[in-house]
This record gives sequence, C-alpha cells and structure tokens, in this order.
Amino acid sequence: MPKITYIDSEGHTRTVEGEVGATVMETAIKNAIPGIEAECGGACACATCHVYVEESWRSVVGDPSPMEEDMLDFGYDVKPSSRLSCQIKITAELDGLVVQTPERQA
Amino acid sequence: MTEVIKTDVLIIGAGPCGLFAVFELGLLDMKAHVIDILDKIGGQCAELYPEKPIYDIPGIPYITGQGICDALLAQIKPFATTFHLQEMAETIERIGDPLFRVKTDRGNVFEVKVIVIAAGGGSFQPKRPPIPNIEVYESTSVFYSVRQMEAFRDKRVVIVGGGDSALDWTINLAPLAQHLTLLHRRSEFRAAPGSVNKMMALVGEGKIDFVLGQVSAIEGEGGQIGKAIVKRNDGSHFEIACDALLPFFGLTMKLGPVANWGMDMKDGEYVLVDTATFESSVPGIFAIGDINWYPGKLKLILSGFHEGALMAQKAYHYVYPGKRLVFQYTTSSTSLQKKLGVAART
Repeated sequence: MPKITYIDSEGHTRTVEGEVGATVMETAIKNAIPGIEAECGGACACATCHVYVEESWRSVVGDPSPMEEDMLDFGYDVKPSSRLSCQIKITAELDGLVVQTPERQA
Repeated sequence: MTEVIKTDVLIIGAGPCGLFAVFELGLLDMKAHVIDILDKIGGQCAELYPEKPIYDIPGIPYITGQGICDALLAQIKPFATTFHLQEMAETIERIGDPLFRVKTDRGNVFEVKVIVIAAGGGSFQPKRPPIPNIEVYESTSVFYSVRQMEAFRDKRVVIVGGGDSALDWTINLAPLAQHLTLLHRRSEFRAAPGSVNKMMALVGEGKIDFVLGQVSAIEGEGGQIGKAIVKRNDGSHFEIACDALLPFFGLTMKLGPVANWGMDMKDGEYVLVDTATFESSVPGIFAIGDINWYPGKLKLILSGFHEGALMAQKAYHYVYPGKRLVFQYTTSSTSLQKKLGVAART
C-alpha cells in the first residue's frame, strides 16, 4: 500500500499506509493524524483539510480544480503548494507522498 | 415592547432534522416555529453542500443537499411553519412547568412549552481570518458584516476575500468610502460574474484598487486599525493604510450559546440525551441530529429523523398534558391524512 507522510507545523513526521482510491484526508482521519479537521467530511465544502504538498511531489499530485481553488480562498496561509487533502486521491504513483499540515486549519 | 411569540414548540435549526421534526410534531398537532442563523433554510445541506450527493437516505438512492431540503419543505407544507432566519437563540429561561422563554439576538421573545435543538454543528458564524490580535480590533475597526453602510463614509476601507459578500460590499461601499481596496489571493473570484464585471469596471475607472495578496498582520492603536500588512504571493510584503478592514472568509460552525443552557454535555460539545425520548437533562428541552450524543450515536441524517419521531412522542405530553396519544400510521389513519391534506385512498 502507498505510504503517505504527514509533517506537522512543528516538524513531527508521521508515515502511514494509505489505500489506493482513498483520499489523503480520509487516510489522515483514519490514522488520527493531528492538524487535519475535515469539518465537512470530504465534500470540498470547507477548507479544514488544507495541506501543503512537498515541492518534489507537486507535479505528480497536480493542481487544484477550480472548485477546490474557490474553497482554498477560505484556507489559512494559502501557498502555491496548497491543496485540500480530501481532493487528493491516492494512487500507486503517490507512494511516498509527503504533505505538510499548516499551523492551523481555517 | 417586543411582542412575545407564543407557540407549542421552538425548533432551533432549520437543517434536515429540524425540518423533519416539524413534520413529526405536526402529525401530533403540535405547532412549531423554526429559527436559524443562516439566511436560508436547510442548514449544512444548503450552506455547505447544496450540489453534493447524498446516498444514504432510506428509500432515496441519490439526492443532493438542496434536494433533500426542498423535499422536506414540500413534506412539511401542510403545517404552514413560520421560519425566523438570520436569527440566533441566545438565552433560555424556564418560566413554567414546562414553559420556556427564549430570547434571540434580534430581540425577539418566544414562549414555548418545548424546545427542540436541531442545531447540527452549532451556529454558522463568520470565519475569523488568521491575523494575529485581530480580536482586539473586532467591531471597532474590523467587521465581518456590514450593518450600516454610513459607518464607512469617507473611510479608507480594505475588503478581503473573493466571494459574493466581498464583491457585493466592494461595489456598495465604493461610492461612500474615501478609498477602497479589495484584496484577494488570486485573480479568479467565486462570485456572480455580474459582480465581478462591476468590480473590474470600478478598478478600470480608477475608483477602487484591486490587490493580489493576503493580510499577514494589522497595526493600530486602541482597537483602531491604522494599516494592514499584506503578503504578496511571491512572499514580499507591503502596507495599506486603512481605517476599516472587512474580511469575508465564509462561515464556520461554532457551538455558540447552546453550551450555556444548563444541559448536561458530552465533552462540552454535544448535548447528552436519553435515547428513548431524545430529551436532554433539562425536561422539555430535546436535542436531535448532529448536536446530540448518546452511546452508539452516528451523525447521519437518517438517525436525526428517527430521533425527531421519538422526540415528538414525548413532547406531546408536555404540550397536551394528560391527553392519551394513540399511535397511528399515515398510510391508514384518516385523521393523519386530514392533517396532511391528502384524501384517504380506499
């Protein structure tokens, strides 16, 4: 199963196994990763599962959709590498993906 | 002097559970008023995911958030419910046995025998942007809504955001403000195209400024903002002198005043209820849907419907003390069918 690494704002690293087809948000919630709230439950309707995709992974993960960009307007400290983790589906290619969680969710 | 609104039941929250509670109460001849802080009926379904699919409503393989709200509204139509929108219940006082006086943030007063809290994740409130010390400036020079446009006449105003609220207020305040700057982190907007065009026209005419970036800090004295420090997308900073800052970052859910109503809570977040009646520790106050907790609780719309049905059975005895309640089916009961305005099918 693809491994996903979450780094929190203080630099603590947690690596968990994700299922192909699940989202990076679901994988975080399932594994009790702190720093991801997912208030709306994954409907791309809030901005509380906001993560920064590690630079080297950005081209693999891709850019947010226009709808996701709209939701990111509500995010905290949004950067070019920002994504909503509920909109990142895990594929075999994402094995080893590293994301950072922001200091806080919106 | 405010007129007191007297009715049987006050339902707090116009989401799916609150709406279905109207139906279950109505079948048992209890009249309800519904209050909600949003400007529309439907709660999270209407505010967060109107277009998103729901697949787990029994008997309905697929429906959208707005779809379920519309269907519930059609279902409760026979009961001619009064809705009080953009209003929040603030205080509850017990004045009888059982009789409650509920006061709202708009100064309205309700007197009801039963209160049903169907407030979901709490009340939707404007999201506070992550700017250090912003709370010091709130309601002095930082505002999350505009109550009186005149307050911004001849002021230097900075509006932040890219949605309908941000654009509408940019357009409305532009003629009044001494100077207006709209700040957004990108050049696309999630607002009505007409508003975007109007705003762009104002920029073109030199009447307002549009700046790409995010506010990283504000400075001022005694609650009065003096300038906003803006971070551009390339990481560099610059300052905008201003007298008022209006951030429009959407809504978030907060439990709000529910925590102060004297009910036993679970983790300070959920109202503890008895699973036979969905009554809280305060007799006459019930809680259904996402806001309650009991062993085995699932935050599902279908659970909230079940909770509403059982709630109504107990509520009946508060509204009609001593009266016997006969359990009936809508399929076969002519009296229920009469209430629903449907002809009995024989």
